[in-house]
Amino acid sequence: MFQGKGALALAIGGALSLIAAGSVVADEPAKLVVNGEIEMVTETEAPAHLDAFDTIYSGWTFRTPETRMLQMDDFDNPAMVFVDQAAEAWDTVDGSEGKSCASCHGDVAEGMAGVRAVYPKWNEAAGKVRTLVQQVNDCRETRMGAEPWKYDGGKMVAMESLISVQSRGMPVNVAIDGPAQSTWEQGKDLYYTRFGQLELSCANCHENNYGTMIRADHLSQGQINGFPVYRLKNTKLNTAHARFKGCVRDTRAETFNPGSPEFVALELYVASRGNGLSVEAPSVRN
Amino acid sequence: MSAGLWLALAGGLLGATMAQAEGVVAPSDVVFEDGAVAVSLTGAPGNPENGPDIINKGSGNCIACHQVSALPDLAFQGEIGPPLDGVGDRWSEAQLRGIVANAKMMFDESMMPAFYKTEGFIRLGDEFTGKAHAGEVTPILTAEQVEDVVAYLLTLKD
Ligand code: HEC
Ligand code: HEC
Ligand code: HEC
Repeated sequence: MFQGKGALALAIGGALSLIAAGSVVADEPAKLVVNGEIEMVTETEAPAHLDAFDTIYSGWTFRTPETRMLQMDDFDNPAMVFVDQAAEAWDTVDGSEGKSCASCHGDVAEGMAGVRAVYPKWNEAAGKVRTLVQQVNDCRETRMGAEPWKYDGGKMVAMESLISVQSRGMPVNVAIDGPAQSTWEQGKDLYYTRFGQLELSCANCHENNYGTMIRADHLSQGQINGFPVYRLKNTKLNTAHARFKGCVRDTRAETFNPGSPEFVALELYVASRGNGLSVEAPSVRN
Repeated sequence: MSAGLWLALAGGLLGATMAQAEGVVAPSDVVFEDGAVAVSLTGAPGNPENGPDIINKGSGNCIACHQVSALPDLAFQGEIGPPLDGVGDRWSEAQLRGIVANAKMMFDESMMPAFYKTEGFIRLGDEFTGKAHAGEVTPILTAEQVEDVVAYLLTLKD
């Protein structure tokens, strides 16, 4: 509760500072530069495996100027409080082995640089594709002797954000061939499956109709380069799996759970549709 | 309301329900011909006055995907499908019934949901809960609602 309120206050604070700066930024921001230094690629050539379109766009480009602005400075970005909390957790000893993340990975900025950009990723020892969240929990359980965090719980999504921040501005570049290929194919099948009583696939909305309005929503390409995402609607950080879940539910379908093999495969596939866009997390959405 | 009027109303409702149960075409029995459905699903004409409610958010939610200039009070009209203005000129009653009942019979692979269909879904959910559906499947719109919305669409002339 307290966190939520704090974040809301921050969000409002951010909005207020926007109004104050309103005269300076008369035009809507067309380019995303974070903190005046990290230049984001929000629009680029589609990866070779994707025939559906020539150009891929970050979800940022579809949002209102106000929402876009919130992502341009970490002081305005309401997600950053959670990143700060995760930075503390990074240094905190937990579990039977008496270790913290820092004990093995050192400074997060060095230890985790570039990691987000290539996840989900094939893990040889596990013999499967792992999401960043699953990898963090594997370290907690097998290396720290600590309890796993809830897949889309607050601690995990904050840690995922902290790790993602270390790759901001780098191009998403998940591998889809080699041992990851069958998982990627599974994710692709799911992407084009028309689920539920409304019989809608991800592609119906995010591939065939991006750029149009569905009810009050401006449809994006459903990219996940910005995840975890802070939503003004629920004033917290949201994982990609939580978003997938909401989108599947809205087709009047039985959803899959966060962390399920289906959503892991879907995350790999959706991430690969954004290969070339910058890692933006944590981004801000309505 | 007087007791007499109430009784009369109740009687009318009861009569309507019985007539519906007899004359209603079940979703799996609907006959499509070139995407059109010739006979009324209730055996009776629809009431166009109920159209706007069905087109609005909630049951039909047509407005999520379509614009209807005749209903300017409905906020946030979508752009996925064509505006419904003038559909009463473009399509016959039978064609409109077919489109609303199951648009995929008229437009191959259409994104428009089938509003009068109960079979062939993948991972059917229990409304918008995200949970699996259990028990008997009801179509998104009742036969009566389909007829009402069709009757309303027929009034949309250029
Ligand atoms: C005891 C040492 C140890 C601790 C403590 C530890 N890790 Fe790890 N971590 C590793 C090792 C070793 C690997 C490489 C494992 C592999 O590839 O399977 C790894 C891999 C990772 C990776 C994937 C890196 C990549 O390039 O793919 C992430 C992310 C990660 N750890 C996060 C964390 C976090 C977050 C914590 C604290 C909650 C943590 N780790 C605690 C040893 C540790
Ligand atoms: C009925 C249309 C519809 C379907 C089907 C649908 N979505 Fe969405 N989705 C939306 C809307 C509306 C939003 C919010 C606006 C936006 O970003 O497009 C959204 C947002 C998203 C986002 C957030 C994008 C961002 O940058 O914040 C992702 C990711 C996403 N959807 C993935 C999916 C996936 C994966 C599927 C298939 C399992 C799917 N969606 C199916 C309508 C849909
Ligand atoms: C998820 C989006 C969606 C929803 C919801 C939806 N439609 Fe459609 N509708 C479409 C699309 C897309 C088309 C265009 C046909 C095609 O090529 O699939 C269409 C076509 C139509 C047409 C033919 C229009 C013309 O001029 O050719 C009618 C009539 C129609 N819809 C009525 C309705 C009604 C009535 C409802 C609500 C009960 C509804 N639609 C709900 C997407 C939708």
